[in-house]
Amino acid sequence: MQKKLLVSAKVVYLALHAVVMLFPLYWIIITSLKPQKQIFSSPIHYWPETLTFDNYKKLFEFSNFGVYIFNSLLVSIAAAACVIAISILSGYVLARFKFKGHKHIMFGFFLTQMLPGIGALIVLYKMMSSMHLTNHLASLVLIYTVGSIPFSTIMLRGFFQRIPSSLEAAAMIDGCSRITALFRVIIPVMLPGIAATFIFAFVNNWNELIMAVMFIDSEASKTLPVAMNSFVMKFDIDWGAMSAGTVLSVIPTIIVFAIAQRFIVEGLTQGAEKG
Amino acid sequence: MLVVMGGSAAHHFFNKGGLKFMETNVKAGSTENKAKKSRFSSQLWFIWLCLLPVIVLVLTFTYYPVVRGITLAFQDYNLMHVKNVKFIGFDNFKTIFHDNQFILALKNSLKWVFYSLIAQFILGFILALVLNKPFKGRGIYQGLVFYSWALSGFLIGLIFKWLYNSQIGVINDLLLRAGIIKTRIGFLSDPHWAMFSVISANVWYGIAFFAIMLLAALQSIPGELFEAADIDGAGWLRKLFNVIIPYIMPTIITTTLLRVIWIFSDPTLIYSMTNGGPAGLTNIVSSFMLSKVFGNGEYGLGSAVGIVMMIMLMLYTIFYLFATKSEKAGDF
Repeated sequence: MQKKLLVSAKVVYLALHAVVMLFPLYWIIITSLKPQKQIFSSPIHYWPETLTFDNYKKLFEFSNFGVYIFNSLLVSIAAAACVIAISILSGYVLARFKFKGHKHIMFGFFLTQMLPGIGALIVLYKMMSSMHLTNHLASLVLIYTVGSIPFSTIMLRGFFQRIPSSLEAAAMIDGCSRITALFRVIIPVMLPGIAATFIFAFVNNWNELIMAVMFIDSEASKTLPVAMNSFVMKFDIDWGAMSAGTVLSVIPTIIVFAIAQRFIVEGLTQGAEKG
Repeated sequence: MLVVMGGSAAHHFFNKGGLKFMETNVKAGSTENKAKKSRFSSQLWFIWLCLLPVIVLVLTFTYYPVVRGITLAFQDYNLMHVKNVKFIGFDNFKTIFHDNQFILALKNSLKWVFYSLIAQFILGFILALVLNKPFKGRGIYQGLVFYSWALSGFLIGLIFKWLYNSQIGVINDLLLRAGIIKTRIGFLSDPHWAMFSVISANVWYGIAFFAIMLLAALQSIPGELFEAADIDGAGWLRKLFNVIIPYIMPTIITTTLLRVIWIFSDPTLIYSMTNGGPAGLTNIVSSFMLSKVFGNGEYGLGSAVGIVMMIMLMLYTIFYLFATKSEKAGDF
C-alpha cells in the first residue's frame, strides 16, 4: 500500500515536471506557427485555429536568416573541431603522465572558470581589431576555441583515464610510436567521448552571444545570437517573427543534445569525480 | 559502456601481440638504464610539446586580456573619448561604489544567486532521486526534460519574457482562468514581481544541470551500501542523510561551486528578459557591467566592475573550499 502510494507520487511528480519543462517550448513553437492576428487576440488560443509558416517566411524575406544560420554552423563546427584537435593532446598527456607542473596546469584551467569573461572583453576587442579580425568569423572561431580548451581538456582527460594504459603500452611494444598508438589505438576506442566533447563545445559556441555581439556587426558575418539580439531591438513586439527565430535557434541544440546527452553526462561526471 | 569497450579492445590486443611482448622484454634488459634516461627526457619533450598550443592560447587569449583589463580599470577609458585616456587611480572604483545602481546590483546578485541555486538544487535533487530507479521509458523522459540545459540564457530570457507578458502572456491567462488572480500581473514591470520572474526562469534553466549531475552520482552508489542500511532497518529519510548524501558529497560540492560561479557571472538571461529593469531592480553585477560596456562604452568603469566580480568569486571559492574541506571536492 505504502509502496503504491510512493510510486503514484513519483508518477505525478514526473508528469508535473514534464509539463513545466515542455510547456515553454510548446508555447514558443505554437506562437511561431500562429498568424499575426491570433498571436495578439484575446482570449488566447492554446491550439491555433490555423497554422501558418508566415512568420518563418517573413524571417527569411526581411533578413538574411539563411546566412546567419550558415555562419553559426560554420563558426560552431570549426571552433569545436579546433578545440578537439588541440585538447586531445593536452587531455591525453594530463591523463597519462605525472610530471612537474601538472598541478599548476590543472589549477590554471580551473582558474579560467572563475574569470568573468566580460572582464576580458574590452582588451580582446582591441586585440582583435589590431589583428584586423573584427567582423571576421575567424575572430569567433579563435575565441570560442580558446574558451572551450580548459573544459574540453578536462573532459577528454576523464575519458582517457577510463582507458587502461596497457592498451597503448601493447601497441608501443608492437613497435608503434606513442603518437601512432594514440591515434591508431586509443582514439578509435574513445570516439564516443570525443563526440560528446565536440557536441558540448558546439552547443556552447552556438549559444554564445556577448563576444559575438562585440566583434561582429556586419550583415555578412552575423551569427544567430547576434541577429536575434538585433531583432529584439528592431521588432520588439513582433512576437511571431521573434518566436520563429527562437525556434530555429533552439532546435539544433535540442536535437544534438538529445543524441549526445548520455556521453556528455559521462564526460562531465568523470571530470568532476576523478582526482 | 566506454570502459567495457576499452577493456575488450585491450584484451584483443594483448592476445595478438603476446609473443612480441616477451621478446622485447628480454632485449630491454642490457641497456635498460641508458634507455630509461633518454626515454625520460624524450617523454618530457613529448609532454610539453602536446601542452604547448593549449598553454600559449590560454595565456594569450584568456589570461593576458584579464590582466591587461585590470589596468583599464584605473583609466578613464570611455568610447566617447578614446584619444586622451589618463590613469585616474581608484576613481572608477569610487564612482561605482557611490553609484546606487551598483549597490542595488550587488544586493540583487546575492538574491539572484541564493534563490536560484537553492531552488535549482532542491528540484534537481528530487528529480534525480525520482529517476534513480530504472523504469520503462526513463531514457526518453530524460531526453525530454533535460533539454533546457542546452539552450542559452539569452533565448530562455526571450521565451520567458513572452510567457510572462503582461497583456497577452500565457501565464497571466492561465492564472486568470484558474481564478487565482483577478487582474493581470505585470510580472516584468511590477517591482514586487520582477525579481521573482527572472529567478523562476533561471531555476527552470538550471534544474536539468543538477538533475543530470546528481543522477550520475546516485547511479554510482554501490548497492551494498543500501543493503547494509536495510539490515540496520534504516528508514527512507535516514538512508537519504546517512547513505546517499554523504556518498555523493563530492559531486554536490563541485556542482554547487561551479553553478554559483556561472549563475553569478552570466548576464544574458537578465539582459534579454528585463535588461535590468524596472529601474535596475533586476540588475545583477554582471548585467550592470554589460550595460556599462554595451550601452555607454564606459570601458574603464566596466573593467572596475569586472575586478570587483573577480575578487568576489575568488573570495567565495576560497571560503567555499575551506568550509567544505577542499579535499572532498574533485579537481574540477
